[in-house]
Amino acid sequence: MKHEVFEKNSIILLVGILIVVSIGGLFQIAPLFWVDSTIEKVQGMRPYTPLEQAGRDVYVREGCYNCHSQMVRTLRDEVERYGHYSLAAESMYDHPFQWGSKRTGPDLARVGGKYSDQWHVEHMNNPRAVVPESIMPSYPWLLTRRLDPETVEARLKTLRKVGVPYSDEMIANVRTDLAAQINPDSRPARDLLKRYPKARVAKFDGQQGVPPTEMDALVAYLQILGQLVDFATFDAAGPNLR
Amino acid sequence: MADTREGLEAFGDVLAVIAAALFALVGGIWFFGSNDPAMSFHGLLMMLASAAAGIYVMTVAFREKAAIAIGNYEPPEGYFDGPIKVTVVAAVIWGIAGFLVGVLLALQLAYPALNFDLPWISFGRLRPLHTSAVIFAFGGNVLIGTSFYVVQRTCHARLAGRWSPWFVVWGYQLFIAIAGTGYLLGITQAKEYAEPEWYADLFLTIVWVTYLLVFLGTIWRRKEPHIYVANWFYLAFIVTIAMLHLVNNAALPVSFTSPSSVILWSGVQDAMTQWWYGHNAVGFFLTAGFLGIMYYFIPKRVERPVYSYRLSIVHFWTLIFIYIWAGPHHLHYTALPDWAQTLGMTFSIMLWMPSWGGMINGLMTLSGAWDKLRTDAVVRLLVVSVAFYGMSTFEGPLMSIKAVNSLSHYTDWTIGHVHSGALGWVAMVSFGAIYCLVPWLWNRKGLYSMRLVEWHFWISTLGILLYITAMWVSGITQGLMWRAYDSLGFLQYSFIETVEAMHPYYVIRAIGGILFLSGALIMAYNVWRTIRGDEPVDIAEQPRVAAAPGLRLQPAE
Amino acid sequence: MTYDIVATISQVVSLLMFVGLFTGIVVYALWPSNGPRFDAAQRCALDLDDNHDAKRGHNAKRGRE
Repeated sequence: MKHEVFEKNSIILLVGILIVVSIGGLFQIAPLFWVDSTIEKVQGMRPYTPLEQAGRDVYVREGCYNCHSQMVRTLRDEVERYGHYSLAAESMYDHPFQWGSKRTGPDLARVGGKYSDQWHVEHMNNPRAVVPESIMPSYPWLLTRRLDPETVEARLKTLRKVGVPYSDEMIANVRTDLAAQINPDSRPARDLLKRYPKARVAKFDGQQGVPPTEMDALVAYLQILGQLVDFATFDAAGPNLR
Repeated sequence: MADTREGLEAFGDVLAVIAAALFALVGGIWFFGSNDPAMSFHGLLMMLASAAAGIYVMTVAFREKAAIAIGNYEPPEGYFDGPIKVTVVAAVIWGIAGFLVGVLLALQLAYPALNFDLPWISFGRLRPLHTSAVIFAFGGNVLIGTSFYVVQRTCHARLAGRWSPWFVVWGYQLFIAIAGTGYLLGITQAKEYAEPEWYADLFLTIVWVTYLLVFLGTIWRRKEPHIYVANWFYLAFIVTIAMLHLVNNAALPVSFTSPSSVILWSGVQDAMTQWWYGHNAVGFFLTAGFLGIMYYFIPKRVERPVYSYRLSIVHFWTLIFIYIWAGPHHLHYTALPDWAQTLGMTFSIMLWMPSWGGMINGLMTLSGAWDKLRTDAVVRLLVVSVAFYGMSTFEGPLMSIKAVNSLSHYTDWTIGHVHSGALGWVAMVSFGAIYCLVPWLWNRKGLYSMRLVEWHFWISTLGILLYITAMWVSGITQGLMWRAYDSLGFLQYSFIETVEAMHPYYVIRAIGGILFLSGALIMAYNVWRTIRGDEPVDIAEQPRVAAAPGLRLQPAE
Repeated sequence: MTYDIVATISQVVSLLMFVGLFTGIVVYALWPSNGPRFDAAQRCALDLDDNHDAKRGHNAKRGRE
């Protein structure tokens, strides 16, 4: 035991520190990549549609994660308040994850389908118009800002490079899919639904004849949260058990 | 010998100019090439800063060359303190900016109209600005400054490098400017305490590696065989932050001229990586680094050795080993596998032990000199900071226990816990170090006013107590309301009712914040008057050690 | 690699590593002959014996040549 070596040789001290501080990460992070049971086998997960992903980018940009979690814990009151506890599989295409760390506002992991599109639009525009006691900021600028299809396309291509399973067809149709999701009952919308089952197609922000806005995108994203996994076929006690 | 030295310096000058030109080139590519106005603006910032730096280096080089030619060149001697002075002033300025944004955020939560419906000051964008400003801008400058000071004094060697320390200091300020304005303009990767996008991250990496080399280079020049323990803490802080930063921010940029990137990790792996980073940003940035401050400034200020040097060795190795495992306690009851949660909880509880070992070592350094707590307000700042460290490192392990965490997590209790550490420990020990450093660096007989330090101490302490008690009450209240059931077995409160109940505590918290900010403004005034060279108003009340080393009276034998 | 194996290995190995590191460090730190050496080293690093930090500045100067 020659601690003197550390005290007198800065490079050995440096290497010693590096070894000691690397162990924890290696033991805690690395197995998550190769232990199969980490991510449950579920039915229904798919990558986000271009519009949903654009909405997610707005969610990230505005820092929604500072006040909203997307992680229902395995606690009775949370399951009763928000729905089924969150699975690792539900965020497996999320770069970055948005589990959050604070609930100044409620959890959003299962907010999809709980409120109408119109409610979301009014709520974003002025939260206190629909919930008088709310302390959430207003986001009126989302209604007027248009999405840039080129940016959305570039984002999806990059997401594919890091492993999100977008098919060639999905990548080839980013721009049409982006517009199609706010045009219900159109042919492109039917094609979109084939590529992205369960996607909600609607005039989210209620503005007629306007290309997709950031409000369309954000509401489309919020409406899909928690909607994809088919819990009828999920067996927590089965081989999915963590 | 003089020739070689001048040759080396000229070589350093050329390298510095080349580096500045390269940075200006990259900035130019972003300025002219990016479609994103925010990134374009950052390119412009970088280009202008690099150009200014390059021109400055050339001016100095030519002036020295001229001086050498006529034979009256005096090479710089002694300790290299210029860059440290910059960090001290920067820490005061960024600290006040960060506290101010914190106060605004606190008020926004109490009165949401204060978001003004403007994108760049809405809560979600300002909150990262606050956390980064206080942790990285205020805390980071204190750490860089004190580490440069401590490593020179304890190694009895001049800081390594001619331009590198300046690059570390000014490059770090540029990183802060890019990161901070980026948040306001909506450029973020939404990972807590790691929000800056890929290009800011890369630039910080270059600054940080230079920082490591300057620090190591200074250690290599030392006269004593032994490396003093404070330097181990600084070294662990620098190296580990580099590792965490690189792994957590691994991302693929959309393109070289796009500000956006995609993080390589996703979902549960990203969550684990993030909180491995996030918790160790606390462990190594806000703890190990500041323990370096404790291990130098407390013994130095009370003029006696560390209570137990043996304990400091045990403290160091156990602290850095255990801390790195504690991250998963941020993910209890989530989709993170249970085995990882269990490991995180176990090590978090064990962390109590080295933390309190360190606290005892810091506090007991005063044994035999407890009267200094009464007579020297700077000592009191340092010691109370260690007491707060003890308190929050007791609270932390408690909150990492799964049963407690199920109540505390997602609530303001966490916010209160963070602030008892951040305001009580990090900021107070920083204030103590700044009050020590200003007269020492600017060669003054003492601080402008010790009375103002007293005021600062009491106002901040009161502010902290208001802040953390308000957050305890609001956090526990909210946690209990979320899980309350009525007699029929239904959840008793809707979410919004729990939000409404928080209002009075949010107001009290804002008042606590305003007090803390006022204290910092008093410090800024005191520091400014001291630097300006005003005669101290109460020199008789200041200890001998308050004066710069060359101006101290000999102790009575 | 199943869940149980990962859980067991990570917990046992991390515990063993900690016990090893802790024992080693404690034994070293408390080794009787190391005490005086530590004290001398820290008094020197902190300049506690002579109160002329300024004089140390000259040392730094000398170090450069």
